[in-house]
Amino acid sequence: MAELEFERPLLELERRIRQLRSSTANGPGFEAEISRLEDKARRLQQGIFAALNPWQKVQLSRHADRPFTLDYVSRLFEDFVELKGDRLFAEDAAIVAGFARFRGQSVLVVGHQKGRGTRENLARNFGMPNPEGYRKARRLMELAARFNRPIVTFIDTPGAYPGLGAEERGQSEAIGQSLLCMAALEVPIIAVVIGEGGSGGALALGLANRVYVMEFATYSVITPEGCASILWKDGSQAARAATELKITAPDLQRLSVVDGVIAEPPGGAHRDFDQAAVNVGAQIEAALSELAALSPGQLREDRYRRFRALGDFAENFAPTS
Amino acid sequence: MSWTAKVKPSLEGTEKVSVGAGVFRRCSGCDETILAEEFERNLEVCPRCGKHFRLHVKRWANLLLDPGSLEPFATELAPKDPLSFTDGRPYTERIRATQKKSSFNEAMVSGRATLDGRQIVIAFFVFDFMGGSMGSVVGEKLARTFEIAAAERRPAIVLSSSGGARMQEGILSLMQMAKSVAALGRLRDVGVPFLSLLTDPTTGGVAASYALLGDVNIAEPQALIGFAGARVIEQTIRQKLPEGFQRSEFLLAHGMVDIIVERHAMRATLARLLGHLVG
Repeated sequence: MAELEFERPLLELERRIRQLRSSTANGPGFEAEISRLEDKARRLQQGIFAALNPWQKVQLSRHADRPFTLDYVSRLFEDFVELKGDRLFAEDAAIVAGFARFRGQSVLVVGHQKGRGTRENLARNFGMPNPEGYRKARRLMELAARFNRPIVTFIDTPGAYPGLGAEERGQSEAIGQSLLCMAALEVPIIAVVIGEGGSGGALALGLANRVYVMEFATYSVITPEGCASILWKDGSQAARAATELKITAPDLQRLSVVDGVIAEPPGGAHRDFDQAAVNVGAQIEAALSELAALSPGQLREDRYRRFRALGDFAENFAPTS
Repeated sequence: MSWTAKVKPSLEGTEKVSVGAGVFRRCSGCDETILAEEFERNLEVCPRCGKHFRLHVKRWANLLLDPGSLEPFATELAPKDPLSFTDGRPYTERIRATQKKSSFNEAMVSGRATLDGRQIVIAFFVFDFMGGSMGSVVGEKLARTFEIAAAERRPAIVLSSSGGARMQEGILSLMQMAKSVAALGRLRDVGVPFLSLLTDPTTGGVAASYALLGDVNIAEPQALIGFAGARVIEQTIRQKLPEGFQRSEFLLAHGMVDIIVERHAMRATLARLLGHLVG
């Protein structure tokens, strides 16, 4: 189990409770002591999670034990058939995609996929797609639209892979094409940022009719480390950059970048995959039923208006050039 | 500032040297010392080695467009500070200082114009304005450029010169990628061409949105064009990058740009392409 610094007091208390429970000790007041400690743990958890700063949320969004795309797929969807490859160059395991049934309806699921442990992380490139990942996503999204199937995307990546081959094979073009494709499709598209929403590599799956973010997920134009090293030539000031960049769920809602925040179970999604999935599922279901009322043309128009309205600028400045 | 005003030549990439009576500039490409006048006359291209230096947006307009034809739109748009961003110095102050220094409201000039008699819509990045970075105003101007082009059936040309998304507007800058590409989609729908002119540099969020989606991608020689910064890539893959990595010629060899065009031939090439694609 990965442990974050600020989770430690809570995890230690919980270990003590478990030890007490498993010990053979018995006697008057023993049960009372355990329930007193459990109360204390609950209060401690509430206290810690009510006061999380942006940098702590960044760490949570990257938590190695957080549920990833396939964890949601297995809990929320039935009959998942994974489909692979971009039909041009390669298969990219940093993005998974396939058809599945959601509450009886066939949909396309697409998401970034991080690995659990070193071996899987190497295979999945730590969830950082190469151009092939985006081209696979695009191929399958176009396929879904041809057969009138809604699309659900899960966003969870540090970013598109910054590699030599990625540049040779057109990482920029692949991301741009994915955006162009999503803008034009005439089926409902729902995106959920479940962990790290890392820049263009995240946005490439994010041009949706409705975009939601998990309570402790983040969505940013640049990593806090990258921002700090550009602004202050000092990557260790990442915590400061995390605050300045306004990348937490409440910030994203205030800026209208997301349509809603999905609550996480107490202590974060990694503490209870099932409950996290229940909450995500409820939001997807609500969004799909809302969008069911729109015609194909309206779905496209709805997406256009949603993104067209994003941005903040003054309109009455003295013209120069 | 009037569009016909004389523009001070840039000294980007060259070193100013005074020798005797004349003013000279040393080219960072070939190390030759050349009369500054000669450099200027040659559109900021080294007369010896052909290295292309950055050209001021007004000189670009003069070079490409029919004289006096540019009618800028959305000139009243200016940045706000949605994140209350500060890096020690507040973003608002940084903007004011840049506006004063550059005499531009933002990092993009967009307008209707004619090129070789053809009606077009054109947008130029202003690199001197915070590295040509794309925030809310640039995204809005790009969207209007593509929308106007679609509505009036005028071909769109965007001259990119940008380091990417503007950090100081955070996630809203990222959203401009989606916004500009969605607007480009509308132009495609009505069958009006988009010529993407890639100059040094076209990187990050600008590269990864509309810039490499031109119906024709046209690059200047040796322009830096790519998604990730070379330093980040070197740190990630722990190996030296090859000579010419992410330069126009590299992209041409890998099939990502259609054609490399020298500055002197740019106007004529655009006109020829428009001739093939419209009318």
